[in-house]
Amino acid sequence: MARLLDVKEYKVYYQTLKGQIRAVDGVNFFVNADEVFGVAGESGCGKSTLGNSLIYLKAPMRYAGGNVILDGMEISRLPDEIMKKMRFEKISIIPQFAMDAMSPTKKIKNIVVDLVREHDKKMSEKDIIDLAIKRFKMVGLSENVMNMYSIELSGGMKQRVVMVISTLLNPRLLIADEITSALDVSSQKFSVEMLDEFKEKKFVSSVIFITHDISVLYQIADRIMIMYAGHVVEIGNTEDIVSKPLHPYTKLLISSLPKMGVQFSQNRLTGIPGYPPNLLNPPTGCRFYDRCPLRIDPQKCKNEIPPLVEYMPGRYIACWAYTKGNDKNG
Amino acid sequence: MKKYLTRKIIIYLITFFIAASLDWAIPRLMPGNPVSLIVSRFAQASSGSASQASLVTKQMFDYFMQAFQLNIPWWEQYALFWRNIFTGNLGISMYLYPEPVINIILSAVPYDILFLLPSILLSFWVGNRIGAWAARSKKADNILLPTFYILTSVPYFWLGILLVWIFGTLLRVLPMSGAFSYSMTPSFTFAFIFDYLKHWILPFLSLFIVSLGGWAIGMRNMIIYELESNYSRYMGSLGASQRLIRKYSYRNAILPQVTGLALQLGTIVAGAITTEIVFSYPGIGYILFEGIMNKDYPLIQGCFLFIIVGVLLANFVIDILYMFIDPRVRIAYTEG
Ligand SMILES: Nc1ncnc2c1ncn2[C@@H]1O[C@H](COP(=O)(O)OP(=O)(O)O)[C@@H](O)[C@H]1O
Ligand SMILES: [Mg+2]
Repeated sequence: MARLLDVKEYKVYYQTLKGQIRAVDGVNFFVNADEVFGVAGESGCGKSTLGNSLIYLKAPMRYAGGNVILDGMEISRLPDEIMKKMRFEKISIIPQFAMDAMSPTKKIKNIVVDLVREHDKKMSEKDIIDLAIKRFKMVGLSENVMNMYSIELSGGMKQRVVMVISTLLNPRLLIADEITSALDVSSQKFSVEMLDEFKEKKFVSSVIFITHDISVLYQIADRIMIMYAGHVVEIGNTEDIVSKPLHPYTKLLISSLPKMGVQFSQNRLTGIPGYPPNLLNPPTGCRFYDRCPLRIDPQKCKNEIPPLVEYMPGRYIACWAYTKGNDKNG
Repeated sequence: MKKYLTRKIIIYLITFFIAASLDWAIPRLMPGNPVSLIVSRFAQASSGSASQASLVTKQMFDYFMQAFQLNIPWWEQYALFWRNIFTGNLGISMYLYPEPVINIILSAVPYDILFLLPSILLSFWVGNRIGAWAARSKKADNILLPTFYILTSVPYFWLGILLVWIFGTLLRVLPMSGAFSYSMTPSFTFAFIFDYLKHWILPFLSLFIVSLGGWAIGMRNMIIYELESNYSRYMGSLGASQRLIRKYSYRNAILPQVTGLALQLGTIVAGAITTEIVFSYPGIGYILFEGIMNKDYPLIQGCFLFIIVGVLLANFVIDILYMFIDPRVRIAYTEG
């Protein structure tokens, strides 16, 4: 399968007065063309930082290393003038803050037209509006929305408007960050279905679906990546991750879910004792060490970062218990 | 919309009623009788035998008590006060007796408007432009921000005095006080207008320069705040140019500035007291100052009444204006 996105040893830090917050600290993964790639992990593990930085790396975020290859092109350090063209046209985002992603003093119509015009000067205002209205109708919004201000919309409506705007130019890759988190269960389901439909209609090719709620991914993701404290701990097909989790953190994450489809509301997993480490001064070894029930080789686990290895075809794990040829776990 | 307006109008009427009543009550609650002051001033000026003087004094006292309607019970005074407001009669000045207060004030208002309106509007416009520029250019910001902080912390009159000293005393190119030369009479002649402008430029400049800093700092900070907002970030994520993002942030940043502008415009009738005193510029601020120095209660009261009306009208205008420029306000009131 063709890779749409390839991310290698990618690091993004926050520059703060206290020092660097190593929010994304050497992650490796790829996203195939035409797939939904789920990213899950506790709040604060760097999912949003990863998603935001891929498209718009803005201070206080700082590029700290690695490569991002989109459609064969290295984009991690492109000059802003060139990257600007890629945004929205090739790679787009529904940000976690979709609820206030639109200026409160501009009509939706103006926002849509202004944003599209930045990319396509030739498209007439009428064409842009017609296209947006067509998409709005698809997600169950009336064309009146065009003449409204974002403050007149409910949370679910805002989410849908942002979904439509972000995909208007048919980007190849869409980053959908916590698009279900602020919504009630029925709106959640609707959002996920809409995303599926947009993919079906080829408005987007691949989706990076970010959520702290792994149960949402069962329905939509082809593959899942689990993050922990700025690191990738496991990547695999959805069924494999759900039915045969390997990494001790993934195991705890899956088992802490009451049952399929039931959402847990706390941001922090109550099922796993302890807290994730501080990313200002993260531990030198495995970042899950403090909470890990396994600790296969305590000395090594504490002091050396486990690399992400392809343990089985298509199955990637970063744990000293699963290095190739080492299968001591239970 | 109608409901919003009705509600606002009622609130403003109540506010006006309370403020005007206080304006009436406060001079009356202050110790000392202003009439005695006038009479004693007259008594000092005249000479004659003691008994004659005391008789004259008594007669004068009664005369002025009646002239200022202070010899009737307070509730009648209060009722009269309201009747007078609606008939535009603000009483008679004590200090410029027997000039009606309303005439004194009305003759001062044009000077205020011609001096304050241009300086407030221009400093608002220029200040916002410069502030927006400082927000986008780190280099400009490094120079402009400290300059503006100095400008805003400078007392209004200090800059006025400095200007007077430089242009009036040192260079002797501009007059130091008044609105026009004593030898002139106001008329629409080139000579008079030129003379007027020569007197106008220094008070105008001092106010313009000092207010500039405040507008610029306000705008700069608001824009920086807006540029950090989520909608700016979303626009950036979708490849919008800095130009477009700044345009959006300017649209939101200008809103609180407009409130400040309207409030300042409301104080136009109050004049710029310190500036007017420094330049002896005959606006309401200067008149009010004279009134206070001479314990001229009707004049003080009249000035304050004008100020109250000005501030309330300005606030009312902002409320209406906000319906048009801020959809949040419009929606909150048209739906609620
Ligand atoms: N603007 C910021 N400045 C400094 N630190 C930040 C900022 N935003 C996020 N962080 C830190 O980066 C880490 C990852 O945050 P985030 O990417 O939002 O996690 P997630 O989306 O997985 O919940 C957290 O420790 C958070 O405190
Ligand atoms: Mg997040």
